[in-house]
Formats: sequence, structure tokens, C-alpha cells
Amino acid sequence: MNVIECDVVIVGAGGAGLRAAIEVAENQPDIKLALISKVYPMRSHTVAAEGGAAGVAKDEDNYDNHFNDTVSGGDWLCDQDAVEYFVHQAPRELTQMEHWGCPWSRQEDGKVAVRPFGGMKVERTWYAADKTGFHMLHTLFQTSLKYPGIERYDEYYSTELICQDGKCHGLTALDMRTGQMKFFKAKAVIICTGGAGRIFPFTTNGAIKTGDGMAMAYRAGVALKDMEFVQYHPTGLPGTGILITEGSRGEGGVLVNKDGYRYLQDYNLGPADPWPRKKAMELGPRDRLSQAFWHEQKKGNTVETDFGDAVHLDLRHLGEAKITERLPMVRELAMSYMSVDPVKEPIPVRPVVHYTMGGIDTDINTATNIRGLYAAGECACVSINGANRLGSNSLTELLVFGAKAGQKAAEYIAENNNDAIDNENLMAQAQTAIDRVMNLFKHKGKENLVSIRNEMNTIMEAGAGIYRDEQSLKQAIDQMTDLKKRFADIELVDKSNVYNTDLIQALELGSMIDVARAMAVSALNRKESRGSHQRLDYVERDDKDFLKHTLAYYQGDENPTLDYRDVVITKSKPAERVYGGKADE
Amino acid sequence: MSKSQKIRKVSFEVLRYDPDQDSEPYFQTYEVPCQDEWVILDAINYIKDELDRSLSYRWSCHMAVCGSCGLMINGEPKLSCHAFIRDMPDHIRVEPMDNFPIIRDLVVEMDGFVEKLADVKPYIHPKEERSIDDGCHTQSPEQLLDFQSLTQCINCMLCYSACPQVALNKDFIGPAAMALAHRYNLDSRDQGREVRKDVIASNKAIWECTFVGACSEVCPKHVDPAAAIQQAKIAATGDYFKSFLMPWTKKNKGNSEGEKS
Repeated sequence: MNVIECDVVIVGAGGAGLRAAIEVAENQPDIKLALISKVYPMRSHTVAAEGGAAGVAKDEDNYDNHFNDTVSGGDWLCDQDAVEYFVHQAPRELTQMEHWGCPWSRQEDGKVAVRPFGGMKVERTWYAADKTGFHMLHTLFQTSLKYPGIERYDEYYSTELICQDGKCHGLTALDMRTGQMKFFKAKAVIICTGGAGRIFPFTTNGAIKTGDGMAMAYRAGVALKDMEFVQYHPTGLPGTGILITEGSRGEGGVLVNKDGYRYLQDYNLGPADPWPRKKAMELGPRDRLSQAFWHEQKKGNTVETDFGDAVHLDLRHLGEAKITERLPMVRELAMSYMSVDPVKEPIPVRPVVHYTMGGIDTDINTATNIRGLYAAGECACVSINGANRLGSNSLTELLVFGAKAGQKAAEYIAENNNDAIDNENLMAQAQTAIDRVMNLFKHKGKENLVSIRNEMNTIMEAGAGIYRDEQSLKQAIDQMTDLKKRFADIELVDKSNVYNTDLIQALELGSMIDVARAMAVSALNRKESRGSHQRLDYVERDDKDFLKHTLAYYQGDENPTLDYRDVVITKSKPAERVYGGKADE
Repeated sequence: MSKSQKIRKVSFEVLRYDPDQDSEPYFQTYEVPCQDEWVILDAINYIKDELDRSLSYRWSCHMAVCGSCGLMINGEPKLSCHAFIRDMPDHIRVEPMDNFPIIRDLVVEMDGFVEKLADVKPYIHPKEERSIDDGCHTQSPEQLLDFQSLTQCINCMLCYSACPQVALNKDFIGPAAMALAHRYNLDSRDQGREVRKDVIASNKAIWECTFVGACSEVCPKHVDPAAAIQQAKIAATGDYFKSFLMPWTKKNKGNSEGEKS
């Protein structure tokens, strides 16, 4: 067996993974670090984040404001101790990025500029034009090149965690270029593999976002937490799902229906001021805006396009100069992919799956219930996002908790150096994991992975979309159980060892099916409406029974079992989420 | 906004190569019913999903920012997610990017490229020690503009595919890496120009560039590496003559005035 010995393995080299790697390499250069990713780091999906990263910057803002916006935005499902830590670390991490060269947009006086974002009382979104994630990712990647201790394994697909006596000892991974399986034997593992938006048909997420790390931890016995909470971004392009940043609304863009009417005022988000009022109208939270679309569609107020119903995002009143300066990427995307110049025409948009609030269950220190196993970024649920993530918190989250994961993993291996390990057992486990991939590779079956993937997309959109009810969810769960069985009988067409993307897509689909089932089962059991989880049959929030995190545990072919854990409340008692003019009172 | 959907049959001639089975690359043709809004990547995804599971290629974001999907399309280096079929004829030839070894089908070897990026030490060499508590640097919008366009590089490598010098000389560090070095040299927070000079002014960097300008022409993000290289040449020439005239200035100079000329 091909064994690579190291101290810490980080899976995923996007924002969280790179930040974790730099944290370890900067403070503990002696630690042998392997940074594994199925893509080269700069391809990671952090690259696509546009709008910005939240952190208190202005004199008139404070940590309490950021805390309150986050907690109420998350419909009180956030753990408040984690949010407290997060809001305090946020400006420090964003300042660290500035020292590393991130080209933050600036005010005239040379200070870092901030812009307003949805659900935010005072503007605190740091931005680099409308390519913030791109600039953060490249800054982190370039900075990582400073540290020889960061050994990268680019285009390695991780398949299985290897654990013993409740401790994690590494993982198996496929070298995509050679088809060779390797065992990365390690003392600690940090998972930073991002979300799982590809489970759904319309998504802003890139092809790589298939929930691999979530599935890996889940199968090893870590709970997936709050998986029923899937965020729809209200403004994606129909068809491709390409994201049109919330920054476009922060700059003053408005949403109108087929009659040119700013319909959000009909959904408790008014008054419809001509200027952008914070926490109101187009700057309301993402869940409310996406839900308003659904109602407009039911009323027949949406615009028909070749790719289904849409509403209009109108930027024309901002003028060409402002659009070009502040929102160059928005203009380019709309012109290229919709043949619409936002200077002259409104952009058709619709809600598209954007973010998984749920993820690998971690504590405030990014630790899981398996010792030596940590998770950070979108794949994890720490949880600061609760039932609905506040726009521009995720880029900051991957810095704050990526760094934390690096610190904690380094501390852990310093304290756990002399454990007795049954090496033979580890090797046997690794061999089993390797055989599992080889069996999938060789299996003769009658199912086709493309049709299973398409069916999964359709099932999840229909049964577990913006609005759900018992019937739609039960149907989705049954259909997904059936798909899982059929998936076991797929046959790969490509038999090559070299860069076999048929095999990689099969492994990805296996991950998505397991994660999707956790989403649907968690959603069925949450008999209330909260944040992004909206039930047509339970329309109210129910704090008596459901001020709790859902924990889903993997049971193989069977549906997951569920458990619940109380939300950590420190200083903000659950209250009504108030947006629109009333938010100022 | 509703338009009638137009479907056009386009034939794609795609380069295939699997080193496990093929002694040399060959072309395979696929007929694809293309929608009017499609980009080349959509057609390749159609081939993979509907016609041939064994085709290998890279892609992710489908919005021209992750830089994964560069290909030769009818002989020109382009991002396949940003190359619109409506602008092309009924017969399209798709090949892996020029000037890189092929791993398989449309997938090329890119470790060499990443090493060249690392060679120019593309990170801030701070002018002074600064702690987080000291806060952010002051950088005016004008100072940001000095290097902003050079930060737009998505590492798609199309410029390496277009560059005649890369084709001739494997060691040439190439347009994107030189533009990246220049990006940091021009950043008001940085003083790393001296440490980058060893690579930039060496015989495998700026002096190899013959200013054909193909790199800037194919850049999907308008980075203009050719202009960056010319500016770096001028700066390096200044350094060279200054080292005779004013030998005491040789060490520890950050953004010298010669840089911005």
C-alpha cells in the first residue's frame, strides 16, 4: 500500500483549507502538513463569491450590531457563543487579509471601504469590487506559497476517513492523474470541502460542490447538523444559476415583477423607498426574498423566460458609470450569459440554491465528536448561520474558523503524540476503503449515473425546495432511498486509470445521495417554519419544540436517525424577525 | 424577454488521448444539438452526459472566474465557459491548450505553471512589521489602481498557450507569473522587488519576451501581461544602470521611482 505519513491532513484548499494551512505553517513550521484537494487551490468555489466579507469597520457600528443581525438573520438557530467569537474575530481576520495583500476596495482617504448587505443594520461588508471571494482565494493561495511546510496534493480526491477508538488517523485518497489510491496516515484531519449545492438543479454552486467532506464525516459517525436549512439566493440567472451579487442591491438595484412593481412591499418588507433602506425591501434577508418570489410566481406575477419564471432586477437608475465602477462583473455576466446589458435593460433573476447552512457537527472550536477530526467553512456547522445565513458572513466564517481549526489541530497533535496505535488495524481499514473504490470501478451493473444524478436533482427540487410539506418530503425520502439502491448498481463506462472523471463523478454522486437524504429526513421531522426551512403545513416558528439543532446520523442504506441538541442562547432571547420600516423602530 | 429557443446541430471534433491505451492522440467527432445561449462547455458537458462518458476535461464555476476550463477552440485559446457557440461555425475543433503536456484528452499538466507562480514569490514582503492591532495600511484608490488590473488574473493559462516564447523555451516563466510579480512590485504595501528581481531579471524571464503581445490578446480578464513585462523591463534597465552610477542604492529598495515610469 502507498502510505504517506504526515501530522495534519487538510482536505480542501479553498478559503478555509488555505487559511487553516497557513495558520499551522506560520506558527508550527515543524508540523508535517498535507493539503489535499480534488482541484488546484485557485479553482475552489470560494473564487465565485462576489459581494464581500462582513466585519465591524465603522465607528457607528459595533460587535453587538453584527451579533444581533446574525442571530436574528439566522432566526435564532445560531449558537450565540460561536457568533460572539465570530463577530470579535471578524475584523481581525479581515485586517490580516489586508496585510497579506488582499486588494480591498478603498475610500478616498485610503481606508478600507464597506458596503451595505441584506439584513444588516450598519454597513460592514468589506469588498474587493464585486470579486471578493476571488481576491481572497488568490491572496490566500499566493500567501500559502511562502510556506515550504505546506505540502500540496492537488487533484487528489479523498474517499474515506480512517479512525480507531474514536480518533481520526487519516484518510484514503485517489490520485486522479494515476488512478492510484493512497493512505494519508495522520494524527489530525481538517475537513474544508465546502457545500453541496449540486444536489439541486438550479444552483450558483460550481460543479465541484458535491458534499464530499460532509459525506465522509457522516459515514465515519459524525452527525450532519441542521441539514434541512438550504439557502436560496434570490438573484441567480435563470438556466445557468449564475450568481448576481447581493451587492447589486446594496448599491441600489430593485426587484420588480412583470408589472414593474416592487412586490417586496407586499411581504412585510416595505416601505418602498426610492433609496436603499437597510434591512428593508431588496436589502431584506435572503430567505424572505426567495419566499416572496415563490408567492409572486403562484400569483402569476412573474416574467416568463426560456428557462422558466423570473423577476426583474433593475439597475438602470444607477447609471452606466456606477454600474461599471462598482458592479463590473454583474454587467459582464448579464451581457455574456443573458444577452442583457443592465445599463439598458433589467436582468431576469430567480432564486437558486446557494448555500448549505447545515454541515458537519462541530463545537465552537471546530472539533467533531471524533478526536483529531475538525471541520471549517461551508462543510461545517459550528453554527453561526442558524436557519438562514446572513449575506457576507460566509467569507469571514472561513477565515475565522479556518484559522481556529488550524490552531486546534496543532494543539491536539502536540498533546497526543504518544498514543498506542494498532497499525495493522489501520492498514486493514485503509485497504478496505481502497477496495471499495476499486469495486465501484469494476462493478458490472445496469444503472447509469447521469440519469440517477438528474433524478436526484428533480426529486430534491420538487420535494425539498423553497417550500416543503409532509407529503412532498415523504415522497422525496422514498425516492431517494430507491435511488441509493440503484446507485449501488451503476456501471462505469470509463475504464482508464488516468484522470477518470467518470469515476470521480460516481464518487461525488454517492456523496450527494447520502447528504441529500440527511436533508430530506431532517426537513420532514422539523415540524415548524424557520428561516430557510418553510413548511406549508407548519407555517409558524415553534420555539417550544424546535429551538434545537437537528443531528442526523448515518445508517447506511436505511434513513438516518435523528437527535436534537438545544441551541446555545447567551444574550438574545428569541423574538420576531422584523424587517422593513419597522426594523428602524 | 422570452425568445424562441433555437437549436443548431454542430459537429465537434475533439482531441482524445489516453496514455494507458493510445500511442498517440486522435480526433473523435460528436454531433451536438446546441442551444443558442450555449457556451462550448455546455456542449462538452452534453457530450460527456449523453454521448461519451469517457471524455475527460476540467471545469467548475461556469462563470469565467475559476480558470479551470481553458481549451484550444478552433485553434484559439479560450475559456470554454465563455466561448459562445452562437459566434461559431457548424464545425468546431476542440483541443487541449497548446504548450502544455497532455495528461489525458483535454486535461493538461499544470504543475510547471504553478511552480512558476511560486518562483516569483507572489506575496507581500512587508515594508515594516505590522500587527493586527495596528490595523490596515492606508492605500488610496489611486495606489490601488496602480496594480488593480494585474490582480484580475484567474490563472487560466491561456496566455501560456498563446505565447510563442513559452513554446520555444520550457524554462521561460511566462506572462502570468511575470504579471503577478509586477502586481506585487507595484503594491504600496510591498517592498519585495529586490527578492523578485533575481527571477524577473534573469535570463528565463522578462528578457525572453519578444513583445508579440499574444498573451494580452487572449486574456479573458484584460490583465495585459505584455504591458506589465515592458514596464518591468524598463524598471530593470533602470536598476542595471543605477547599479553602476549609484552602487549604494542596490540593496533594500522597495517601489523605486523607476518602477512607475
